[in-house]
Amino acid sequence: MNGFGRLALVEGKLFLREKAALIGVFGLPVALVIGFGLIPGFSNPQKGLSDQIGTEYIAALGVAIVLASMGLTGVPMVLGQYRERGVLRRLGVTPVRPLSLLLADLTVWAAAAVVSVAVVIAVVRLAFHVPAPVKPGWFILAVALGIASLFATGLLAASVAPTARGAAGIGWLLFFPNMFLAGVYFPTEEMSATMRQIGNFTPLGSALHAVRDSWMGIDPRPEYLGIMAAWALVAGALSARFFRWDQA
Amino acid sequence: MTPVIEVTGLTKRYGGQAVVDGISLHVEQGEIFGILGPNGAGKTTAVECLEGLRRRDAGQVQILGLDPKTDGHRLHQRIGVQLQETQLQDKLKVREALELYASFYPDPADWRELLDRWGLASKSDTRFGKLSGGQKQRLFIALALIGNPEVVFLDELTAGLDPGARRATWDLIAQVRNSGVTVVLVSHFMDEVEELCDRVAILERGRIAALDTPAGLVDSAGGEYRMRFQPMAPLHERSLVGVPGVTAVGRHGTHVTVTGTGDFASAVTAELARRQVVVADLRIEGRSLDSAYVALTGRTMDT
Repeated sequence: MNGFGRLALVEGKLFLREKAALIGVFGLPVALVIGFGLIPGFSNPQKGLSDQIGTEYIAALGVAIVLASMGLTGVPMVLGQYRERGVLRRLGVTPVRPLSLLLADLTVWAAAAVVSVAVVIAVVRLAFHVPAPVKPGWFILAVALGIASLFATGLLAASVAPTARGAAGIGWLLFFPNMFLAGVYFPTEEMSATMRQIGNFTPLGSALHAVRDSWMGIDPRPEYLGIMAAWALVAGALSARFFRWDQA
Repeated sequence: MTPVIEVTGLTKRYGGQAVVDGISLHVEQGEIFGILGPNGAGKTTAVECLEGLRRRDAGQVQILGLDPKTDGHRLHQRIGVQLQETQLQDKLKVREALELYASFYPDPADWRELLDRWGLASKSDTRFGKLSGGQKQRLFIALALIGNPEVVFLDELTAGLDPGARRATWDLIAQVRNSGVTVVLVSHFMDEVEELCDRVAILERGRIAALDTPAGLVDSAGGEYRMRFQPMAPLHERSLVGVPGVTAVGRHGTHVTVTGTGDFASAVTAELARRQVVVADLRIEGRSLDSAYVALTGRTMDT
């Protein structure tokens, strides 16, 4: 196996050894959908949620929370630590670039996010008879762009933060407003037009819209996909420019 | 023979300040070359320019015929590096770390053998975060050797090791060299450099203050030896004054102290034997690299 394959394998194992991360990535969204799914009547279309089935809405929320927590808090925290501890530096004197580790990690975490989303879909389908996403193509694209845009944003936080602590701090500062504006705390249906508009421009906001719509069988509005793609490209390019492999 | 490492005028600046200021040196194959100097002398920066971890601002560097600035990838296949103050992932097991790093190189060493040689065999399944400081250090040395390198850079080789482990590490490094590997050793331990290195560069404020064999450095620094003993028969100090090389003789209680240069100690012992004076509690305080360092740089290591 080549260096990258080995790195991805090892980072995958290390990810599975982080109990807290596993609970957050796989346990939390499942607990969320089961908790809400058990509320009587919640498996019917809800007026306040644009007639979306309540449990389906919560499942979409679970997907959004997984993508946001991994991208905005997990990515900067781990990469900040790898830089601060000299893990990246040490790779810099091997034939394998430290970039390989970065890509291996992003691959492993993206795979974990995809598995978590699949688990959520399976749980709500088996336990609460919520249909699988009606437009699977759009759904997959929405999740993929959501991962790309949120991971790239987290990567940018790791790039500009001088320390691991700083990177994690920036991540959390991004996480809560993103969750709020995206409508995780209360649905965008209850927001003012201005707030909703601002939320649409955040990566998480457009991700949640696109995920909800494609789940219900509506083609997501192109601007949601465009906004996510733009975040992925701009944050990704800025990271490529500013990422430091070495603690100053 | 062409040198394995050839450095000319290596300069690295930070904020206009030259941290490494025009270093030139060469290292032959199979040599253990020491870089000695106080903290902040630019030792690590200089070596990291050679390793391709930092980009030099001026000068020429050739390692195994490769320029670390432009040919880093090919160079990294053939060198091994132990960096100062690096950590691995806390939950990575020792075995996994070695297997992982072995997979980076075209012709890696057998990691099991390295585990054995560096006394980590029983720690194979231990996570990095659970290792002691000395075990971590030995793991990093093993990782520096995992690619079967032709040149090894070791930065503060024995940091965090207890005296027994230091001695064992020196023996192992000597073995590594005996297998034809060239070793560059950054250190601020005099005893380590004196014990291991064939040649030493003393770095001060980014420049080479002296470059020679450890013995050569000691000689060029001059100075005197002192011998001290307790004569078991009556001995007049004056009887030793004329002995070749002796510069001073004194008495402190029951002990006689003789100061001199060159091979005066043998001459003094011969004179004592001729006079049939048996001595007890004989000590010779030699000049060491330590005192030579102070003489050459005008300061001790810690300042």
